[in-house]
Amino acid sequence: MTTMTDPPKASFRLSQLIYDTRYRSYTFQFIALILLAALMAYLGANLVTNLADQGQNISFRFLAEPSGYDINQRLIEYDSQSSHLRAAVVGVLNTLIVAFLGCLTATILGVVAGVLRLSPNWLVRKLMAGYVEAFRNVPVLIWILIIFTIMSAVMPPPNAFRGDNATASMVFDAFAFTNRGVYTPAPIWGAGSLVVVLTFLASIIGVIYYRRYATRLLYDTGKLLPMGWPSLVILFLPSILVYFVMGQPISLDYPALKGFNFSGGLHIRGSLIALWFALAIYTGAFIAENVRAGIQAVSKGQTEAAASLGMRPNRIMKLVILPQALRVIIPPLISQYLNLTKNSSLAIAVGYMDVTGTLGGITLNQTGRAIECVLLLMIFYLTISLAISAVMNVYNQSIALKER
Amino acid sequence: MKKTVFLGALTVAGLVGGAAAAATLDDVKARGKLNCGVNTGLVGFAAPDANGVWEGFDVAVCRAVAAAVLGDPTAVEFVPTTAKTRFTALASGEVDLLVRNTTWTFSRDTDLKFDFVGVNYYDGQGFMAPKALGVSSAKELDGATVCIQTGTTTELNLADFFRRNNISYEPVPIETNAEGQQQYLAGACDTYTTDASGLASTRAAFENPGDHVILPEIISKEPLGPLVRHGDNEWGDIVRWTLNALISAEELGVTSANVAELASGPTDSPEVNRLLGTEGNLGEMIGLGKDWAVRMIAAVGNYGEVFEKNIGEKTPIGLARGLNAQWTDGGLLYSPPFR
Repeated sequence: MTTMTDPPKASFRLSQLIYDTRYRSYTFQFIALILLAALMAYLGANLVTNLADQGQNISFRFLAEPSGYDINQRLIEYDSQSSHLRAAVVGVLNTLIVAFLGCLTATILGVVAGVLRLSPNWLVRKLMAGYVEAFRNVPVLIWILIIFTIMSAVMPPPNAFRGDNATASMVFDAFAFTNRGVYTPAPIWGAGSLVVVLTFLASIIGVIYYRRYATRLLYDTGKLLPMGWPSLVILFLPSILVYFVMGQPISLDYPALKGFNFSGGLHIRGSLIALWFALAIYTGAFIAENVRAGIQAVSKGQTEAAASLGMRPNRIMKLVILPQALRVIIPPLISQYLNLTKNSSLAIAVGYMDVTGTLGGITLNQTGRAIECVLLLMIFYLTISLAISAVMNVYNQSIALKER
Repeated sequence: MKKTVFLGALTVAGLVGGAAAAATLDDVKARGKLNCGVNTGLVGFAAPDANGVWEGFDVAVCRAVAAAVLGDPTAVEFVPTTAKTRFTALASGEVDLLVRNTTWTFSRDTDLKFDFVGVNYYDGQGFMAPKALGVSSAKELDGATVCIQTGTTTELNLADFFRRNNISYEPVPIETNAEGQQQYLAGACDTYTTDASGLASTRAAFENPGDHVILPEIISKEPLGPLVRHGDNEWGDIVRWTLNALISAEELGVTSANVAELASGPTDSPEVNRLLGTEGNLGEMIGLGKDWAVRMIAAVGNYGEVFEKNIGEKTPIGLARGLNAQWTDGGLLYSPPFR
């Protein structure tokens, strides 16, 4: 007969915290945690004490006070009597505009340059290599300044458009390229324009459905419908018809020289253009390298297999290589988007009023609330970066290799 | 090991942060150099010459303080600051003294915890425009594009001026005077606005200064003066009385040429004697020794000499004394008595 003996009662001794492998790692992690917390507390207390020594405190009340300064590019109603908070929001929107435009342009540039870098054509390949190396290896601030300086030095000032013997003239009487930026016609939305816009949106959905249908038809029956011209027809014809049926509700507001400047139309400021282009071509060079790496990560056998099926090079790239390459391209692409967004804080170099220029620049300077302003800036950039990451991660997951 | 060094550095940083508030005089003496915050480059006020030696109207104040404190007008480390970085540089202790055409305002004096020790230039904000533009008054600037240095009081004055006159404008914010000059000359802005003295100085650096006019409107009061941190009154006194000594020296007729002779023995004027230390012990009251003012005036001259040499009518900048004449000549300069 065997007697079941209980395992010896685990009488816990303090020394076990160090000598018992079950607890040791927890002990050290706990100690590290306490030390970290103590360090943070020390730094925080240091900040508060030093501020108190200087007779200052942390307060966000300044955000509600009138800002007292004007901002040239504003998407929302703002004047010098608006609050500092509103100035910050204007800055945030300006940051988002340039980040969005920059990311979009950088992606297009990067994909094109990345694919062309692998072109069999020697000249194209070397040109793209030149682009990548030239732009990747010069700091983005320099590019911003170069583009801005070229714009303001080379383009004609508005008064060159004036008079009988004007040295500059508008392109198609609609676009004015000046050293203060580009003036383009702006749409005026009349009554009934909503219908036109809705029709156009519906057309876009229609195009997507048509292309899906054509693809499915091709896969199911092998019958190839034309894609190009029907898409264009679906996209534009209904909108144009509706536009005339509704009595041309959308008209254009052309810029015209009035007083010191052009007025009317849409003014895309030189500072925005310089910042946008510089960020786009700089980040585009990095994205080009990501794209090239992604494409080269796809085994050459895939290309050869597709080619042996009789596919043409364009189709091979679109249908075989890029879908596989995307899995390699997307993760580094996320960090390029984050870089671009954060680099947009160099805006002040050309006087573009982004959030670093308003909240972190003028507001900080006029109120002297440096810690509060920088704290808010950090929170903003953190939020926007995490948001970009989150969206891109969702996209990444949707195209990642599904293992079943 | 690395962590220890890091923590040590943090502790030291904390201690230094606490200690920087007091005894600037001792720090400067121990260092043997005065750290002086100046403009990044404004001809006549603070700019390096062809040999890289800083000179100008504001620079002279730095040199005067260095001469008074250290006995050597060249013992100055000039720290170029932009409109945005200047206050941080002073508050953090990076500079001992800020002389950077800085306007004395209520909030800077109180909220930002600085002490303005006086006014070395009475200024006001003006506009400069090309002659070809055909503008004769700032009120005709409706719709104009205006270049403006960001982070300055001029930015707020500008907004107020256009709002009061109910006209519109487009601000082009720029960081430094050089950048503003470049934008203005390229025609990227119709008009450039800053302190009238700054406009005169900027225009003097142009290829064809005659093609540009400074509009008659002065839209603000801009008393420019040196400033120090709150809380070290001894240091504040030294800078204040250095400036007053420059002004008094002009009033009393003490110049860099005759100061050695006047200081060699007591003169007929008791006030000159007190200023130059041949009578009484004013210098010792601020911890600088009897001949502090002599060293200073010998090095840079009196206020009038400094003005004429750097920004006066014989220089390309060509500013008249105007408000900056002695009170005896109908100006605003009025030094408290040396007694």
